[in-house]
Amino acid sequence: MYGGGNTFEGVKTDSVAKEDPAKLAEFEARIERGEKIEPADWMPELYRKQLIRMIEQHGHSEIIGALPEGTWITRAPGFKRKMALMAKVQDEVGHAQLLYSAAETLGKSREQMIDDLITGKSKYSNIFNYPTFTWADCCFISWLVDAGAIVNQLANAKGSYGPYCRALERICAEESFHLKYGHHCVIYLAAGTAKQRQMFQEALNRWWPPMMHFFGPSDKISIHTEVLMRWKVKMGTNDEMRNQFLDMYVPKIRELGFTIPDPNLKKNTETNKWEYTEPDWEEFKRVINGDGPCNKERLEVRRIAEERGTWVREALKSPTTAYVTPLA
Amino acid sequence: MNSLDPRVLRLPKVGEPGVIQPKVPLDQFGSFEVFVQPKEGKPFQHEGIVHSPNIELAYVLAKETFTRRFTCTSLCVVETRNVFVSILTDGNKNVYDFIAAVPPSGEKEGYEVYHLQKRGKQHVHAGSVEAGSPEEAMSRAKLAFNTKGIYNVWTIQHSDIRFTKPEDLDLWTTLPEKRFRDAADYKGGDKLKDFLEKQKTLS
Repeated sequence: MYGGGNTFEGVKTDSVAKEDPAKLAEFEARIERGEKIEPADWMPELYRKQLIRMIEQHGHSEIIGALPEGTWITRAPGFKRKMALMAKVQDEVGHAQLLYSAAETLGKSREQMIDDLITGKSKYSNIFNYPTFTWADCCFISWLVDAGAIVNQLANAKGSYGPYCRALERICAEESFHLKYGHHCVIYLAAGTAKQRQMFQEALNRWWPPMMHFFGPSDKISIHTEVLMRWKVKMGTNDEMRNQFLDMYVPKIRELGFTIPDPNLKKNTETNKWEYTEPDWEEFKRVINGDGPCNKERLEVRRIAEERGTWVREALKSPTTAYVTPLA
Repeated sequence: MNSLDPRVLRLPKVGEPGVIQPKVPLDQFGSFEVFVQPKEGKPFQHEGIVHSPNIELAYVLAKETFTRRFTCTSLCVVETRNVFVSILTDGNKNVYDFIAAVPPSGEKEGYEVYHLQKRGKQHVHAGSVEAGSPEEAMSRAKLAFNTKGIYNVWTIQHSDIRFTKPEDLDLWTTLPEKRFRDAADYKGGDKLKDFLEKQKTLS
C-alpha cells in the first residue's frame, strides 16, 4: 500500500544552480542513459532531499495504513478472512521496513524518520486519516486503496534511484495477493445479501472523495516539478496516475453493480481522459495539515507504541553492534 | 482518545501527545546486510538490511522481512560494517580496472565476493577466495572473477557471516501451506460470473 500523491509543492530548485556543473552533467547523463543511481554516487542535494521525503512518506504510509485495516482483524468475517487480513497487515508493516531502509541509504536515520512521523513533521498518505466504520470500509481499502497504490508503485519502480526501485519490485510482487484478496472480499459482499451490498455501497460513498485525493492535487494547481520528472524522481503527474486508476477500476466497480458517488464521472472518448467533479482540495489540505477525523489517533497510537517499546530496546541494546548507513 | 478501535481505547495513558521522550544512547540497533539464496544451485543475492542488537536476532528478523512470502533455500546476514566495499563505476567502466594488486599478507581466511553487474539490480555472489585481508581478497577476486561490466565489488570475511545452519532449515517448511498469502487462493471469477448472470436474469 502506498501514500501516493506526494505533494512536491514548495520545492525550491535554487539549490540546483549551486551544484558543481560538471558533476551535475555527469549525474544527468547517467539518468539519461537509463542507469540507476546508487547510494555511493554523487547526487544533487535537491535529489537527495526529495527522495528521502518521498520514500520516507511512503514508509510512514505503510505503517499508518496498517491501522485502519488492523482494527478489523479480530472482527473479520470468518477464520480465513482473519488469516488473510493478518498476513496483509504484516506485509504492509514489512513494506515499511524495506522503505525505511531505502531512505536510510540516503543518509537519514530510521530513528529520525520515526521521530518525525510522531511529531507530525513528516507526512503520510492522507487517506489513512479516515476511519473504517464497517468491514466494508476495510474491504474498500484492501481492494481499491491498494489498487491505487499499485498504480503509483509500478510507475515509481521505473524511477532512477536503485534502492527504492529494488524495494518497490519486492513490494509489488507481494501486493498482488492484496489486490486479489481485496477484490475477492468485495465480490462476496456484492453477491451477498441486500444488507451486504448496502454496506459496500455506503463504504464506497464514504471513501470515494479521499480516493480521488489519494493521487494528490490536480495538475492545474500543483507546482510544476519539471526537474524532478527529468531526474526520474516523480514518474507521472498526479492526474495521469488518477486517470490510470479510473481506467482500470471504474469498470470493475460498476460491473459489481455499485454506484460511484459522482454524477459527473465519465470517460471523454475524444481525449481518452476521465472527467469528474473536481475533488475538494481545501479539505485535502485541511486533513493533510492535521485536521482530519483520525490524524490525532493515528499519531498517538504510534507514539504510545514507541514509548511502550522503550524497555524492550533498552533490554536488547548492545555495544557490540553499530548503527551505520546501509549499503544498498 | 475517542476512537472506533477497541484496541486503541484500551491503550494505557503514557506521556504527552506529540512529545518524544529523549532516547538513550544505543537505542538505535546495528545495521545488518541480508543475502538470500532463492533456489538450490542459484547464487546468493543481496536483498536489503535489518536493524538488530545482535547477529542471531538479525537472522530471525531477516527471515521474517525477506523470506516471509517467497520460499528460499538459504539466508545469511552480516554486519554492514564488516562488508568491504570497492568504488562504484558507471557506463562501460569495469570496477576491476581500478582495483590494485595487493601482495599476500597475514594468515589466510575465506572471503565471499559479491558483484554488482547492473546498476539498480542486487549484488550477486560471484564466489569465494582465500586472502589475508579484505583488500587482498578484492585483488584475488580480480584474478578469479574479472568479467566485463562489473560496477561494484563487496568482499566479506566468511567468519563474519551468519549462515543458515541445518537446524534452521525448518523455518521455511510450512511456507507452502500458507495458501492464504497466495494471490492464486483468491479466485473470485466463478462467484462473479454467477452474480453477473443472476443480475442479467433479474433485469
